[in-house]
Amino acid sequence: MSYVKELIPPRAPPALIGRQLAPARIAGILVLLVWAALAIALVFMMISGWNEDKFLRYGPRYLHGLWTTISLVGLAVILGAVLSAPIAFARMSKNKALNGLSYAYVYVFRSTPLLAQLFMIYYGLGSFKPQLESVDLWWFFREAWYCGLFSLTLNTAAYQAEILRGAIESVPRGQHEGAAALGLSKRNAFRKVILPQALIVALRPYGNEIVLLIKGSAVVAIVTVFDLMGETRYAFSRTFDYQTYLWAAIFYLAIVEALRHLWAFIEARLTRHLKR
Amino acid sequence: MSGFFSALLSALDPLCGPVGLFSLFGSGSIVACGETGWGDEIAFGVKVTITLALATLPVGLVIGFLIALAAQSEDKLLRLAAGIYTTIFRGLPELLTLFIVYYGLQILIQAVLASFGYAGRVEINAFFAGMAALAVVFSSYSSEVLLSAFRAIPRGQYEAGDALGLHRSRTMLLVILPQLIRIALPGLTNLWLILLKDTSYVSVIGLADILRQTGIAARVSKEAFFFYGIACLLYLILAMVSSVGLGFIERWAKRSEGRR
Repeated sequence: MSYVKELIPPRAPPALIGRQLAPARIAGILVLLVWAALAIALVFMMISGWNEDKFLRYGPRYLHGLWTTISLVGLAVILGAVLSAPIAFARMSKNKALNGLSYAYVYVFRSTPLLAQLFMIYYGLGSFKPQLESVDLWWFFREAWYCGLFSLTLNTAAYQAEILRGAIESVPRGQHEGAAALGLSKRNAFRKVILPQALIVALRPYGNEIVLLIKGSAVVAIVTVFDLMGETRYAFSRTFDYQTYLWAAIFYLAIVEALRHLWAFIEARLTRHLKR
Repeated sequence: MSGFFSALLSALDPLCGPVGLFSLFGSGSIVACGETGWGDEIAFGVKVTITLALATLPVGLVIGFLIALAAQSEDKLLRLAAGIYTTIFRGLPELLTLFIVYYGLQILIQAVLASFGYAGRVEINAFFAGMAALAVVFSSYSSEVLLSAFRAIPRGQYEAGDALGLHRSRTMLLVILPQLIRIALPGLTNLWLILLKDTSYVSVIGLADILRQTGIAARVSKEAFFFYGIACLLYLILAMVSSVGLGFIERWAKRSEGRR
């Protein structure tokens, strides 16, 4: 019988092969360098082009524009939510006429550009001045701000109606049946059982819709509303300074990012009972 | 031969051809084709809109695909770089992106030329600027769609590709991409419809698309409601036609799935 008499002597570990630089890492570093270069160029541009006179003249205008954008979007979201509820219910109703009408509304407003809708309302309806004056609505359609608010509201109502409908229809049938079995009236079942579940589903799409509306609201600048974009265009037309657009970009990014984080926080807070 | 094709194309022109919308309903009116009406100008605008959207689509898809690849890579730095891109361009209004690209490219090109000793004014093509801006926006959205499609493909598919001895790029091309397209198609359909609407922004920097042409017609003829109505109608028709076409593509992409 043979057996091992001598143990193999301990040997040094194999030479360490240096960690190879993967192509992905190189690409990542390169792209990050590009971003860093852009950021440095941005900062450099702002420092070298710093002009206290311009800052004092246009800074307050920017803040005013920011306020206009925020109030415009806030009002449009609220009014759109109010308007979207009947549309969503019409869309879910069994009545053919109501259903068709609301479907047409949603389809038209979702598949034409916001800019075209705005022109349609501001310039198109504005060409009916005598008729509008006779029904005492001219004060509304004369002001670009009201027209902007009106078109943003109509636009977001179409999107919000679809969000609401999708969310309500996503609640399983068993919930309706369970509420009926408990003897809840249709009204109460909707208010206390269906709607709370639906709104949690709708939370994320609503957040996306608000972000889209903030971005979309920039178009009102084209019909002479001095929102953030409008003030930017004004400042650019006066100074021909490219920085004006960069400042607007910073403002918009700040609003959108703040809203996104706020929304993530709200969602985490409201769905904490669903976490396992 | 080319004469024949151009004749065929003009005969099938849906707006100003012999059986076109404007020729049938608008002859002798304000939307007639030719010298007297605005029909042919608007038809040109429709062509520009469609060309711009079609030209943007492949560029945006390729950039979006690369961004999605970067966003799901194992390398932290690459993920960070892709994240910065999508955060910036999804957060900026499309209109602002357009202005930044339009004026930014002009300044950039001017600076580069100035360093070579050229001091003249540079004006870049509005079509090109619009395409670049829309492609950037489209790619940042499509990268999200493609990323979630990537996540829907199980790891086993990559491992099976490895087991068959396929190279990484072959695995991507033969195994992953066909499934990716099928999964991402509904999301990309949505993005295409959004892109079609976003092309209206280029009218602001002076490109003669549907909205600009109808806007000129509205200003000259003082029939704003009518012409902007036509603009909305044209966008609606484009959306309907493309959703029918995309429905066909979706059915084609699903042909290998089992019948349920």
